[in-house]
Amino acid sequence: MQAARQGFARVCPPVPHAGKGRVLTYAGAVQGLVPSGKPETCLVAKAAPTQRDTGAVEPAMADPVEHGITATQANSLRHGPDERGHFGGWYGGRFVAETLMPLVLELEQAYNTAKADPAFHKELDFYLRDYVGRPSPLWFARRMTEELGGAKIYMKREELNHTGSHKLNNVMGQILLARRMGRTRIVAETGAGQHGVATATVCALFGMKCVIYMGATDVERQSPNVFRMRLLGAEVVPVTAGAGTLKDAMNEAMRDWVANVADTYFLVGTVAGPHPYPAMVRDFQSVIGEETKEQMHAAEGRLPDVVVAAIGGGSNAMGIFHPFLDDPSVRLIGVEAAGCGLDSGKTAASIERGSPGVLHGNRTYLLQNADGQIDEAHSISAGLDYPGVGPEHSWLNDIGRAEYVGATDTEALDAFQLCTRTEGIIPALESAHAIAYATKIAQTLPKDTLLVVNISGRGDKDIFTVAEHLGVKL
Amino acid sequence: MSRIAARFQSLAAQGRGALIPYLEAYDPDLETSLALLKAMPDAGADLIEIGMPFSDPSADGPVIQAAARRGLKAGATLPGVLAMVAEFRKDNAETPVILMGYLNPIEAYGYDRFCTDAAKAGVDGLIIVDLPPEEADVIEKPAEDAGLDIIRLVAPTTSDDRLRYVLSHASGFVYYVSITGITGTRAASTDDLKAALPRIRAATTLPVAIGFGIRSPQQAATAASIADGAVVASALLATLADTLDAEGKATAETLPRVLEQIKALATAVQAGTVSADQPA
Repeated sequence: MQAARQGFARVCPPVPHAGKGRVLTYAGAVQGLVPSGKPETCLVAKAAPTQRDTGAVEPAMADPVEHGITATQANSLRHGPDERGHFGGWYGGRFVAETLMPLVLELEQAYNTAKADPAFHKELDFYLRDYVGRPSPLWFARRMTEELGGAKIYMKREELNHTGSHKLNNVMGQILLARRMGRTRIVAETGAGQHGVATATVCALFGMKCVIYMGATDVERQSPNVFRMRLLGAEVVPVTAGAGTLKDAMNEAMRDWVANVADTYFLVGTVAGPHPYPAMVRDFQSVIGEETKEQMHAAEGRLPDVVVAAIGGGSNAMGIFHPFLDDPSVRLIGVEAAGCGLDSGKTAASIERGSPGVLHGNRTYLLQNADGQIDEAHSISAGLDYPGVGPEHSWLNDIGRAEYVGATDTEALDAFQLCTRTEGIIPALESAHAIAYATKIAQTLPKDTLLVVNISGRGDKDIFTVAEHLGVKL
Repeated sequence: MSRIAARFQSLAAQGRGALIPYLEAYDPDLETSLALLKAMPDAGADLIEIGMPFSDPSADGPVIQAAARRGLKAGATLPGVLAMVAEFRKDNAETPVILMGYLNPIEAYGYDRFCTDAAKAGVDGLIIVDLPPEEADVIEKPAEDAGLDIIRLVAPTTSDDRLRYVLSHASGFVYYVSITGITGTRAASTDDLKAALPRIRAATTLPVAIGFGIRSPQQAATAASIADGAVVASALLATLADTLDAEGKATAETLPRVLEQIKALATAVQAGTVSADQPA
């Protein structure tokens, strides 16, 4: 079973081209299976696309109160979540076993204290500059722009961070917090291994014990990162439950945390999990969007028109989106992994093909069946191979502030090669999904449109997977 | 009076605690788990916990994870679990039945409809592992309207202040998770349990059952006499798993061996002896 899932077994079978229509592949999305306990207000459908098609700049929030936003917050989309950790009164929250509740509450308090402490920010800024290597550049992709002949494409170079991805932004913030909280042992889940490598790196830096849970399938397809983590001194535990991917690693990391509450800090790698993780990880990743805003202003004297980022759990996207939430002229596009196609049944597009439910501590869009059992996700990219998404994305989707689309395995592979060939930048397969959609729409946009695509990671880790899919033996 | 309250009251009058065995619905198939459920009261079950299989049981250890996988493979759904309880109720009107599981399948079913259907099937209480009181507003009202108890888990990590808060949202009985960990992995000591109980009693008048890590008859007897009941889950599921054939199918051994184990647990609980220093 496990062996059958590896290697070519994960290549998509040929499927007829499926249109963009919202065909309800996942039964949970079918009308009538929407939870009846849910407030009616949350049944608001995806905002009508006409808002943006007609150039209207207001986010589609017909009635802010319906989404649980109080009058004081009505002018900003950046104040979420509420004190319960809910976005729009429904998504997010704290759905964990009672054993973990005191820890989650303690973490929230510790984070709020740190956030208000200038010394914490000073320390974080120091490490971000001198260890992570921030700020990361905003690069004008001249050759790709010329080849596509449309919008001006800029790339936010998160792949230039130490450890090769955006993951270190969040990990650096959380490790400093864990130290303030007196924790000595770190556990984390990882999919592609980028978060695991980033976590193992800071544990090496600060001399802390590190245990990384990684699905057995992912251990196989991301072996360079597994070796890296072990070199860094981490214990990598392969998880064989389920399909052996990120979802299973997350379950196992939570079990470890429950069993080792006294000394252990759970270092979540994305904008998901129980409150305060989604908000905290977003805050640590928002440096991406803040820099982008400044850098675009310096380069072009104005805001970008379109920002595109890949979505697995959604941390790189949330990081680049969040500083732009209150700039309604900036179109925000999250690209989910469509896998073999949105309607193929082998996808990781939780927002596009899932329905709201509760998993891993939060309520959010999930790939699930009519009985509320979680489906296995599929993506060529281990980092996007997850049946859920951060709860703030679910909310941004429902209110129409961000658009969520899909890019298939094949489109990502094509974009991977295009980016490498035209810009000399080998992107991570995760980021290649964002590039795929960005190149698709760039061709249709006027030449004065400013489009930013977040290059969330570098692709050295993926060359074996790509070679295999291209039929090249290394 | 609810079946749960009535049962704890009559056991208290007998001067002993309750044995609460657990079975996973549809493990390894509907027929076997229904037969087990029906035979449990005669084997000595005072209350019964039925696990509702979930694809991602993140608070459970390997034994319950495997049982949930077998149950799902055999086609377990919430309507199927409720139908099992309804079938059980045809012959048994007294033994309280508690469903234990994770929130998402209930959310997918719909809170109002689930509580109504569960009560109609003869369910008495719900234990929802990943639903702290902070998020419980989605189900508290429908459960109360349907007459279902919401049984709350409390843990060694639960502070005194939090105990009062959590237990203000509890009904039926209190489930004390005796260890910080996942199900079926380790055991608390008798001393730890003896120290924990007064803390919980100070915060509630509800009966208290102890679970997580209770395996042997002696451990069950100790827990049931220190508290008001002992939940045994992983040990029974491990026995069941041990009787399955290579394809994971039930054999002639399956029911007799699990029931024999329940009888041994019941005998010890009914004798009510506290072991001095055995881990409970």
